[in-house]
Amino acid sequence: MFPLKISSVEINIKEKRLLGPINLLLQQKGISVVLGANGSGKTTLLESIHGLRNLSKGEINWAIPNNLAAKEQSFVFQTPIMLRRSVLENLMYPLRVRQFSKPYANKEAMLWIKKIGLEKKVNQQAPLLSGGEMQAVAVARALITKPKMLFLDEPTASLDGLAKKTIEDILILAAKNDTKIIMSTHDLGQAKRLADDIIYLHKGLLESHCSKNEFLNSPPSEAAKQFLAGDIII
Amino acid sequence: MNEILQGLAQAFWLIISLDTELITISLRSLYVTLTALLVSIIIAFPLAALIVVTRFRFRRLVITILNALMGLPPVVVGLLVYIIFSRSGPLGVLGLLYTTSAMIIAQAIIITPLIASVAHQSMQGLWADYRDLLISINTSKPRRIGTLMWDSRRALITACLAGFGRGIGEVGAIMIVGGNIDNATRVLTTAISLETSRGDFALALALGFVLISLALSVSFATHWFGKTERGGLW
Repeated sequence: MFPLKISSVEINIKEKRLLGPINLLLQQKGISVVLGANGSGKTTLLESIHGLRNLSKGEINWAIPNNLAAKEQSFVFQTPIMLRRSVLENLMYPLRVRQFSKPYANKEAMLWIKKIGLEKKVNQQAPLLSGGEMQAVAVARALITKPKMLFLDEPTASLDGLAKKTIEDILILAAKNDTKIIMSTHDLGQAKRLADDIIYLHKGLLESHCSKNEFLNSPPSEAAKQFLAGDIII
Repeated sequence: MNEILQGLAQAFWLIISLDTELITISLRSLYVTLTALLVSIIIAFPLAALIVVTRFRFRRLVITILNALMGLPPVVVGLLVYIIFSRSGPLGVLGLLYTTSAMIIAQAIIITPLIASVAHQSMQGLWADYRDLLISINTSKPRRIGTLMWDSRRALITACLAGFGRGIGEVGAIMIVGGNIDNATRVLTTAISLETSRGDFALALALGFVLISLALSVSFATHWFGKTERGGLW
């Protein structure tokens, strides 16, 4: 499935360019964190790679055919989308879509429910959970199919410390189990904790793609320096 | 006022004495409307879901037509069905005129747009929430349709009740295509019409009360068995 090659990708809406042109090469291992100010194109980049947005220009090529690659990916949205079903049924859903048997889906879902600590809420309607619980369910639902590529769009943006830690621990474990993770975040601390490499976007353009240490120790651009210093970037 | 009380008393008496004719007419009313409802559901739900999940040319036009057809005048529908199934009509050879089958067809034509429009409206809202998730999970179109229908089932029950209400209370179309024939096509509404024209207001009122009781009973039973307002929000 890897490397993932993104060539001259652009997203335009009417005459306005939201993203690009972006050229990027992603390898299988580790956690790639996408950083950038609001409106820099982080979400658009993730959605484009995942296939939720039609490209205005350019190509996204996986090492395997794109239709097969689509089956090996999962996406966690910034605002968790819960099916109007119980927690258990939400977790079983992607497995049932992939034609796994009901008993197998049930068993796997129960394992994940234990991992995220929601044993007491197995049968509760998922949209009635707290924000942190919903995001944990969303992450578990994304990982239950053992994807080779996991996209996360600011998954902990509105969560408190404990909920954030629960999700980060799951992500670290998933990365160790050979799931490539690409996530956007505003949280520099989270980037420091999780990232192997950092993709920095500014005004829809890729400013840099380098290792975490390289990015933190010698920021590759003026905007990146300002971002790291916590300045307001206009 | 006196006539209303007389009607109530007569309705009460007709029900507790298990009047054979009343029971036959009531069962025929239920048979015609429930069958028409079933036919409508089979057409309307998948059609509404398909319109929701598919982008095609003239989509807006189709939705507008569907909404406009909600106000289809029953008498006109009755007239059209009459012409089609009359001896000289294109389907006259089937010999369906003045049978319950013709009444079912007329009612199905009347309530299908109503059910499809209400179903479309409720599934449209759900699709706005689910779209990105279902695409991300790589679901097929039939799976998306199935998921939307299942997760909006409570709203769809309401659509069914609206259709049932319109069907069971309908008189114009079934009078034309059924002919209000005693022991064959007479239903509650056509019987009420007949008794009113005869001047037997008490009996007409009694039948009216039975009709209302029937409609309410079906509605309560649907809510009861559908577990609406129980087990969570939906």
